[in-house]
Amino acid sequence: MNARNEPAAGGKVRVATASLAGCFGCHMSLLDIDERILDLVELVEFDRTPLTDIKTLGPCDLGLIEGGVANAENVQVLREFRRQCKVLVALGACAVTGGIPAMRNSVPLAECLDEAFVHGMGLANAGIPDDPELPLLLSQVHPIHEVVQVDYFLPGCPPSAEAIWSLLTAVLEGRALHLPLAQLHYD
Amino acid sequence: MSNEQAQSTFTLDGRRIPFEPGQTIMDAALAAGVYIPHLCHKPGYAPHGSCRVCVVRADGRELSACTAPAAADMSVESEVPDIRALRVAVLQMLFAEGNHVCPACEASGNCTLQAVAYHCGMLTPRFPQRFPRRAVDASHPDVILDHNRCILCELCVRASRDHDGKRVFAVSGRGIASKLIVDAPSGQLGDTDFSADDAAARVCPVGAILPRDAAFRAPIGRRRFDVAPVSRVGDVTPDPDAQWPAVDALEEVTA
Repeated sequence: MNARNEPAAGGKVRVATASLAGCFGCHMSLLDIDERILDLVELVEFDRTPLTDIKTLGPCDLGLIEGGVANAENVQVLREFRRQCKVLVALGACAVTGGIPAMRNSVPLAECLDEAFVHGMGLANAGIPDDPELPLLLSQVHPIHEVVQVDYFLPGCPPSAEAIWSLLTAVLEGRALHLPLAQLHYD
Repeated sequence: MSNEQAQSTFTLDGRRIPFEPGQTIMDAALAAGVYIPHLCHKPGYAPHGSCRVCVVRADGRELSACTAPAAADMSVESEVPDIRALRVAVLQMLFAEGNHVCPACEASGNCTLQAVAYHCGMLTPRFPQRFPRRAVDASHPDVILDHNRCILCELCVRASRDHDGKRVFAVSGRGIASKLIVDAPSGQLGDTDFSADDAAARVCPVGAILPRDAAFRAPIGRRRFDVAPVSRVGDVTPDPDAQWPAVDALEEVTA
């Protein structure tokens, strides 16, 4: 517990979010909390997140990670979140289990790339992209807890706005997550 | 105690459960309307005792409720924190062992593995996922056999053998190499005498044996375990006309 429950400077909880190998569905679901977002902004302020478009990450109380870990950049972002965030949450099916992107895991990466870029149907300019700006793919997609320590898990594809609200209140009150059955879903 | 002297009882989480000689703890509990989480067990089928999800503590010993005979005045604990934790660990191993991608599965919402994990409050598979490479057998005209989702409960083995008189299915191999096989030299379901009318076609607790014609007939969110918890509808045949109370209305809270 130690320092994790201390309020942020200014009395607000500083929150960062990121989507790794995800579809932004969990971020959309976060926005689905509707008018409760007015309560939320009284309690939190956002650091790096696609919602603010802030690109750099400072010290935060809470990090929400959507998506699994599929490439080298995902690893770097996730490790930076773990360094900067007191509490880290795996938000949604892909962060918790690898999810849909991890369905490639039983197929060797070379076969995936070959199917998508070399011998797949209807390809023009066939060839595996190798621009140096493209992050290198990992051989498998991992749930985030296989890369860093994770404090809370919230399954769902996406988790409902109600489930996200339950999570946020549990985290802000520094207690374990207890979900009503209606909020616990893997799909 | 009751004045029905002939009826023996044991206690399950403090509640008196009557039983007949020869009944297991599971039989007696389900007959009394008390749910004990289970996957490989099904009323009317020979007990199998393989999934271990029905673990209970009976007079201080952990054992599977589906195979342990009920005994007079036995004290059984089921919905207590450490037994629930054991069940969650068993479920986490099952999820990490196969490829259980709920968002991409037609059985989601009708899946007993998923529903039991909800009941037990599993939030994460926790263990390193194995991501095994397993085949999908689409050789049968009416049913797809997806080995990615098989949990080796052998309900289809028992259904085919004991109810259909066919022996279409068996489990081959040992340990992590165990797998479901079918009774055909080609190894393909389409080359067996399996039929979509078999009991074995409807008994799978996950999405491993999947009838083709029923896909997405009911939308996600309005399926069997979406509208009522497994503790209420886990062993009854779903009646499409039944009116279930909304899950939202239930007091039940997971661990």
